[in-house]
Amino acid sequence: MEYLPEGDTVSFTQGNILCCQCGVPIQPNPANMCVACLRTQVDITEGIPKQGVLHFCRNCERYLQPPNQWVACALESRELLTLCLKKLKAPLTKVHLIDAGFVWTEPHSKRIKLKLTIQKEVMNGAILQQVFVVEFVVSNQMCEDCHRVEAKDYWKAVVQVRQKTSHKKTMFYLEQLILKYKAHTNTLSIKEVSDGIDFFYATKQDAKKFVDFLQAVVPCRYKTSEKLLSHDVKSNTYNYKSTFSVEIVPVCKDNIVCLPPKLAQQLGNLNQICVCLRVSTTVHIIDPSTLQIADVTAPMFWRTPFQSLCEPRQLTEYMVLEVEPIRHHERVHVAGEGAKSQKHLLADVWVARSSDLGMNDNQYHCRTHLGHLLKAGDLVQGFDLSNANVNNDFLNKMKADRLPDVVLVKKVFDKSKRHRRRNWKLKRLARELETMDTDSTDRDYSEFLEDLEEDPLYRKDVNIYRDTEKFAVESDTEDDGAPRISLQEMLEDLHISEDATGAEGAEMMTE
Amino acid sequence: MAVRAQFENSNEVGVFAKLTNAYCLVCVGGSENFYSVFEAELSDVIPVVHTTIAGCRIIGRMTVGNRNGLLVPSTTNDQELQHIRNSLPDSVKIERVEERLSALGNVITCNDYVALVHPDLDRETEEILADVLKVEVFRQTVSDNVLVGSYAALSNQGGLVHPKTTIEDQDELSSLLQVPLVAGTVNRGSDVVGAGMVVNDWIAFAGMDTTSTELSVIESVFKLGDAPQGAVTTAMRDSLIDSMT
Repeated sequence: MEYLPEGDTVSFTQGNILCCQCGVPIQPNPANMCVACLRTQVDITEGIPKQGVLHFCRNCERYLQPPNQWVACALESRELLTLCLKKLKAPLTKVHLIDAGFVWTEPHSKRIKLKLTIQKEVMNGAILQQVFVVEFVVSNQMCEDCHRVEAKDYWKAVVQVRQKTSHKKTMFYLEQLILKYKAHTNTLSIKEVSDGIDFFYATKQDAKKFVDFLQAVVPCRYKTSEKLLSHDVKSNTYNYKSTFSVEIVPVCKDNIVCLPPKLAQQLGNLNQICVCLRVSTTVHIIDPSTLQIADVTAPMFWRTPFQSLCEPRQLTEYMVLEVEPIRHHERVHVAGEGAKSQKHLLADVWVARSSDLGMNDNQYHCRTHLGHLLKAGDLVQGFDLSNANVNNDFLNKMKADRLPDVVLVKKVFDKSKRHRRRNWKLKRLARELETMDTDSTDRDYSEFLEDLEEDPLYRKDVNIYRDTEKFAVESDTEDDGAPRISLQEMLEDLHISEDATGAEGAEMMTE
Repeated sequence: MAVRAQFENSNEVGVFAKLTNAYCLVCVGGSENFYSVFEAELSDVIPVVHTTIAGCRIIGRMTVGNRNGLLVPSTTNDQELQHIRNSLPDSVKIERVEERLSALGNVITCNDYVALVHPDLDRETEEILADVLKVEVFRQTVSDNVLVGSYAALSNQGGLVHPKTTIEDQDELSSLLQVPLVAGTVNRGSDVVGAGMVVNDWIAFAGMDTTSTELSVIESVFKLGDAPQGAVTTAMRDSLIDSMT
């Protein structure tokens, strides 16, 4: 057997026939009609609208994507093409779309022209292709978001975070937590008011999410209220503004508290006079006379609430005269006592008021948890209970012999030197200030920074950035033992000074 | 001459009628319109006969015939056969054939001398065909369609075939048939030319949708133009042009 040589195959030539309409000789096709006649017979663009309307919001320069989405897209962009084709989607399902593109129109003409190439099967199998132009008129329509901004009605829910204390340490700490976990991404605006901060949200869900975040990071409780703005009885829809009022436990770090007797007993037979070590998800308190520590959770606190006895600025400065650590076996043990702090050292301390030095010889004895920090000659801040005039029910009911004369709170370091030496910084939330109480807030803030330096546990959840503007003034010669933050704990701030075009870029982070 | 006709809103004239040089079969319809068209053109010359085949109206597709005879399928009633025998001239022989491909009009096309048949047609039928219709039989296809009766229309003057028929096929077929062939359409682009029209040596009937272009193709290939006009355009043409110059 042999293969047939290539040339042997008979070539078939297709004869011409006359177009059945006009008689022009054509190659036979399924319709047996010339293209021109076929065009006159059928219009494959039939049913596809040649004009359309695109809604455009002038304020935010976005296009409406039905039913209620607004998308930003540039002229002649892929996104705009998608948007336009979606407008024609239903009629275009009956034909085969081959190509789509824009025809250039003057940018201000409010016209967008789309050139479409479609194919369709007509008249027993003939496939016809046609190019046509669809014109879209851009009509202005304000989007819902802009409308609300114009109507000064852009928020749907507000979270009012309040702490009823004069000192804002917990607020500053909360601010750092929010920054670290980026909990403020959905906020419309943040407004600082007296006693707290307001966070505004576009939807109730965002606000609820933020409240959940707050509950996870600080001891607090909240109340919800709603205000009916409008409602439609026919469709049974209601338009509310929601308010979440979040109250943070009114106890800050380094506050002296007088616990209710019941709570003190519950927490392991603490003395009622305690010092608040720090406020994280719970309130950490320590009994300075026994080193017992306890955590007060938010539900526990709100069952038996207590107040702080004094503000930080009411603390008095003392000079340490003598320190005598108390060994473990020398301590008094009581029945049912709880955990004790291993980080602190119990000590008997004799102190004199700094203001009294050289005037008289009054000495006070106290027992303190700061034994590991103090040595004779140090300055320390404490609360003078014997001379204080405090209105506190629990304190008034306490027996006088159980009250210490002085409660020491923290060691004092040179403020200005520490400030000078501080080579790190924190970020701040961008917010509107309502109160112009800058003097006291500045002081509070610098105290908050000092607290961060002193307590590594406290700064665990805080992002600390290296301050490149301040060069580390390494003056080891005058090291007074004040705590500092090591370079390892600091982050390098992202700062983009030049963008791709070579021009000065926008600041990435607002502080 | 070519005439347009329509059977009850259907343009497929070749389905409902069978036209030869000696007789014309027309099916029984609800109205006489279709019949009247044939009657008006043919009654002076040949008999126009109402009939059915096996009770069906699609007589054009079921039968095949020419001047010499008529073949009907085995499903035809005795009564119908008798009626056709009585109506047609005595010179026309009528024969019932036992053929598996019973739609004879679809599988056979013929003029008075030659017939093209479906390649699978029975040998016996082929012999009967040759005897009764007095034709030479060729097993052929028209542009790869085995239904030669559907896709070709023949007369003694010419033939119209499926539009996709290649030049080579046309040449082969016309050398077998000894008549000129042309590829074309009827009924505004329909390629089933056998079913869309009927033709004999002097007249053609095509569907109502047939365009004037298609009609003129039909008239020219089947040479149906009126004789005086034809003379003017062919025989007298040269002398006319001579005298005018």
